[in-house]
Order: sequence, then C-alpha cells, then structure tokens
Amino acid sequence: MSMFVYYLGLGWRSLRRNPVLTALMVMAIAFGVAASMITWSVFRVVSGNPIPWKSSQLYNVQIDNRGPQYNEPGNEPPDALNYTDAVALMQAHKAPHQTMLYDIAPSVLPQNANDLPSTTTGYATTADFFTMFDVPFKYGSPWTNADDDGHAAVAVISDALNQRLFGGANSVGRDVTLDMHAYRIVGVTEHWDPKPRYYDAYDNMEFANPAQVYISVNRAVDIHVGMAGRNNCGGAPAHFSNDEQWLHRECAWIPFWAELPTQADAERYKEFLTAYSAEQQQAGRFQWAPNVRLRNVTEWLDHEKVVPAESRISLFVSIGFFIICLVNTIGLLLAKFMRRSSEIGVRRALGATRREVYAQFLMEAATVGLAGGVLGLLLTIVGMQGIGLLFEPDVARLAHLDMSLLLTTLIVAVLATVIAAFYPTWRAAQVQPAWQLKSN
Amino acid sequence: MLKMTHLSKVYRTEVVETYALRDFNIDVKEGEFVAVTGPSGSGKTTFLTIAGLLETFTGGEYHLDGIEVSQLDDNARSKIRNEKIGFIFQAFNLIPDLNVFDNVEVPLRYRGMKAAERKERIMNALDRVGLASRAKHYPAELSGGQQQRVAIARALAGTPRLLLADEPTGNLDTQMARGVLELLEEIHREGATIVMVTHDPELAARAQRNVHIIDGQVVDLAEDPRFHTAYTAAAGQIRG
Repeated sequence: MSMFVYYLGLGWRSLRRNPVLTALMVMAIAFGVAASMITWSVFRVVSGNPIPWKSSQLYNVQIDNRGPQYNEPGNEPPDALNYTDAVALMQAHKAPHQTMLYDIAPSVLPQNANDLPSTTTGYATTADFFTMFDVPFKYGSPWTNADDDGHAAVAVISDALNQRLFGGANSVGRDVTLDMHAYRIVGVTEHWDPKPRYYDAYDNMEFANPAQVYISVNRAVDIHVGMAGRNNCGGAPAHFSNDEQWLHRECAWIPFWAELPTQADAERYKEFLTAYSAEQQQAGRFQWAPNVRLRNVTEWLDHEKVVPAESRISLFVSIGFFIICLVNTIGLLLAKFMRRSSEIGVRRALGATRREVYAQFLMEAATVGLAGGVLGLLLTIVGMQGIGLLFEPDVARLAHLDMSLLLTTLIVAVLATVIAAFYPTWRAAQVQPAWQLKSN
Repeated sequence: MLKMTHLSKVYRTEVVETYALRDFNIDVKEGEFVAVTGPSGSGKTTFLTIAGLLETFTGGEYHLDGIEVSQLDDNARSKIRNEKIGFIFQAFNLIPDLNVFDNVEVPLRYRGMKAAERKERIMNALDRVGLASRAKHYPAELSGGQQQRVAIARALAGTPRLLLADEPTGNLDTQMARGVLELLEEIHREGATIVMVTHDPELAARAQRNVHIIDGQVVDLAEDPRFHTAYTAAAGQIRG
C-alpha cells in the first residue's frame, strides 16, 4: 500500500513534469474514451439483456400457420401467432406460465370532465404476463387467471398514467375509462421499461415509450378493442376487425411467450408444439410438415436484429478511433519514459527491481489515464447532448448518463492507458543501469 | 568484503570480442579504503559497475560479503544493491523532480521501511553531510558540492557495508572536492569499506591502498608507501 501511494505520488509529479506532453496524452485518451463512451451509452441499451436473471427461461413461440411460400429465408415461420393458435396454446397450458398479448392504443378519459381524452398505449394480455416478466407493482397486484377466464373488465395501469389520472394516489378499486369502456383498476405498476422491450419486438416496440395500460385479452377481444401493432396476413391485405371470422384468419399478430424453467421443459414444450402442428396438419389446416421455433430472450433479440446497424457501426468506428488515440499515447509515453532513462538507472542502482520499475511506470500511466478519464467524462457529458445527430430519436433518447457509465469511462480510460503503457514500460525496465550511469 | 577471482568481462559483437576486464583479481577487506586508478578506458568503471551488481560478468568469480553473486537473479541482485551497497557517482545522479529529502529516501523506499524510520535515517544522513536545512530544496537549487553531499547522504542513509564511488570529485572545484573527500575519509574512519575509482593521483594518495588497472587487468597492488610517492611524483611531472 505504501509503495502504491508512493508510485501514485510519483505519477502525479510526472503529470506536471512535461505539461505539453502530458496534455497531448490526456487529450488523446479523453477524446478516444469520450467517443467510445458516447456510442457505448447507446449500444449498451440496445444490446443489453433486459431480463438477465430470467432470459434463459422465457421463450418466444413461433408456429408456421401459413406455409413455406410466405416464410422468411430458412423457412422461418412468422414471428407471432394467429389468434387460433395462441388461444389453443393458452388452453393446453403446457408451460407453468404462458401469455399472449397484442398492442392497444385506447383513448383514456380523464377524471376531470373538463379535460380532453388522450391516447395511451398498452397491451391486451393475460394475468401471467406480470408474473413472467417480473413487473413491479406500486399498488395492488395483477389480475388473476380467474379474471381472465371470466373475461373481467380489469386493468393494470402504469405509475405515469396513475400520476396523470389520480395524482399518484392509490387508485386500486377505482375505474379507468378506455375507449368508452370502464375497467376496474387492480394494480399500478412501478415505472417499468425494459429495454429492449423483448416481449414485443414483433411490433418493433423495442425502444418505444413505456406501456401505460394493460387489460385482459379475453375482455379486449369481446369488446373489439382495436389492435395497434402489426398484423401479417401473408400477402393478403386485411384490415383488422376483431370479428370472429377475422380472428381465425391465418394472420400473425399475437406475440406468445412461455416460461420454461429448465432446458428439459423447453425440449418437452417444443415437442408439444410439434405435436400440435402435426395435429393441425392431420386436421387439414396445415398443408406442410410441423415447423415451429422456440427461442429464449437473447436468441429472440438476436433473431429480431434488435441492435440497430448504426449503433454497431458507430461503436466500431469510435473504438477504432480510441485505438488510434492509444497508439499515439504509446508513442508519447515511450518518449516520456525514455527521457527518464537516467532516473531509471539511478533507481535500479539504488535497489529497484525490474518489477518495481514496471509498477512505477504503469502507475504513472494509470495517473495519465485517470486524468484522461476525467476529461473524457466531461467530453462524454457534452457529447451526450449531441447524440441525436448520430442516431434515430427513438434510440438517441435511450442514451443516458448514470453512475455505471461514469465509472466505466474512468475504468476504461485507466485500463486502456495502462495496457498501452506496457510496451513503453517494458522498454523502461530494460534500461541497463550501468550504461546509464557510465554515460553520465 | 569484495573478492573477484579471474573475473572477465567481454563485450561481443558479430565481428569482434572486446575484453573490458581480463583475469581480474582483487580482494578488498572489510573496512578498507581502496582507490582504483588507471587511464581512461582501462576498465575502472566496468569494474565498479560489476562490483555494484549493476552489470553481469562473463567469467570468473565474484564474492560480495561472502555471497557468490554470479547466479543471483535480478531480484536478489537488487536486494543486495539496496541493502549492502551505497553508490556515489561523478554526475551525482540525483533525481531532478525530487527534493533533497525525497532523493535520499529512494533506496529506503525499496527496502520497505516504515515512514518514521525512513524520516529518522534521512534526517540523520542529511545532518551528517551538513544539509539538514536543505531537505526541501531541489537539486537544481544546490551547488555541485551540495548535490554530491546529498548523493553521499543517499548512499549513507541505508547504512551500506560497501560504498562505491566513481570519480566522486570529478565534477567539483578544488574546494568542494576537498570537502567531499574529507567527508569520505570521515565515513571510512567510522568503519565503512570504500572503493573509489579516480583519475586523480592526489585523491588516490589519500586512500589506504591503490589498485591500478591497465587494459582490464590489475597490474599492481601497491600497499608499499613508496608506490604512493613514486606515483604522486610522476603525476606531478605530467601535470607540470
């Protein structure tokens, strides 16, 4: 510890030794790390695992209900189910938890009769949605399976909508009016906004604003609550109508998820899906062999290509820029260290081992890296204001500064500089004290 | 204390081998003050750097304080340098960014000594060379003689068994040189073993014993006082 503090002090002194050289290094590291962190701030959101503790247990279900002629390359079935299959899977109940959902965008009637109705977004879904996706509740709880079975007019609203309608008070038991239909509020969620919104990647809602209202899908279908997401009818244009005939058309519009705790459960469930498809084939509904997919959250996000290309490219470019900055830093550190060959010779003569020379100079590099990191932090903060110039607004607004980004900036700056310093330090440690002292 | 037997140091290139030291033999007893003299390029400094474990040798044996050093690794050599040897260089070799106190502290830092003990040793060493009041000064703020005194304090602070001095007065004027030499004599009287490389016959004459090196070999171990007389006279003629 004592030597650590000693080397830190020497490193700090060295910053002041050649102010111009130091400034060049600090700026190179700062600009490099800032560029990387700005693009990383976007990339980490768009590429992150939104539910890491459970992502290997939640599976998106796909069933080929339209035939190979409409499928994507690789005979990839539609990314969502049609109503018939979704209901059949729900009724089969082969997973401990499963849910179906579709996008809704109802108008919501304000509590104050003088205010105008406003549009809100959300989902028609089932009780298991909240359990499966670990939705946190501020007040109340999800509705029950019995509510689903009874087609109950129940709703869960978001904290934001609760704030808007009820001033943040506990609204459980009160009514909310959506598209002129009243629903009893059973729960109010905490702010909940997983990014990317994996469970609705089908509707391209990965980076949309948080949902504000959830109603029971059975009730929604009963009263023809409109679908606000995608419906893919395999080349046959169809206006969503929610009537019985439309519901059973072979259109894909319902993302379906199953919670399968173990790999064995997943395999059994896939067998079940295959068997179900085979039944449909035997019944004459499908004219093709069973073609199903079961993907967990990370596989699903990969399949949906959730990470925008510009985010990936800009990250690569900025990392490339950072590497160029570091290469420059290597040269500058080399010049800085080798100018001190005489000091190295003296220290070696006075008892410093090579390891101690390494420690001193790597610590000195870490000090430079820390200074670069601090300046890089300021540049990152400034750069975040202009992030909209690089990315689509939906994606750009996701980037935010938080403690983890601040710490990452500093750690990356220090670590990268220390790594860059290995070669200059190695050269410094090779200084032969005898030659240095003789030459003096 | 320092014994080299048939020691050689060869610098090899693709086309030529150069012997810096050849069949080099020397035995310095504990408490001796030995001056090593010889013309430029004779191998004096090479001897000193090998003696100080700053450089390896090609053949022969070298025992330092009873330890055969040829097989020691870098860590062990550094530890011996740190604990047993004190260096005084012609160019002082103080670290310009460190003040006097911090310069003297350098070898003690590598010894892992506690702060309180370091401080006591540093202030004692500076007191001994008469520079305790300059502890916060930087080398550039001191005269050459003062800088060499700091270097001596740095060498003394670790209480080494062996003091190696390479032309310690070479960069000093006569008055400053005299002061430094008197300091070395005082240190020797207190029991330190000193090996000093010098060109200066007058300086060499102040040592207990002279070792003369020519072409990498010890040519004369003159303990006889007559050697000093003859050598000093010869040097006087050359200068005259």
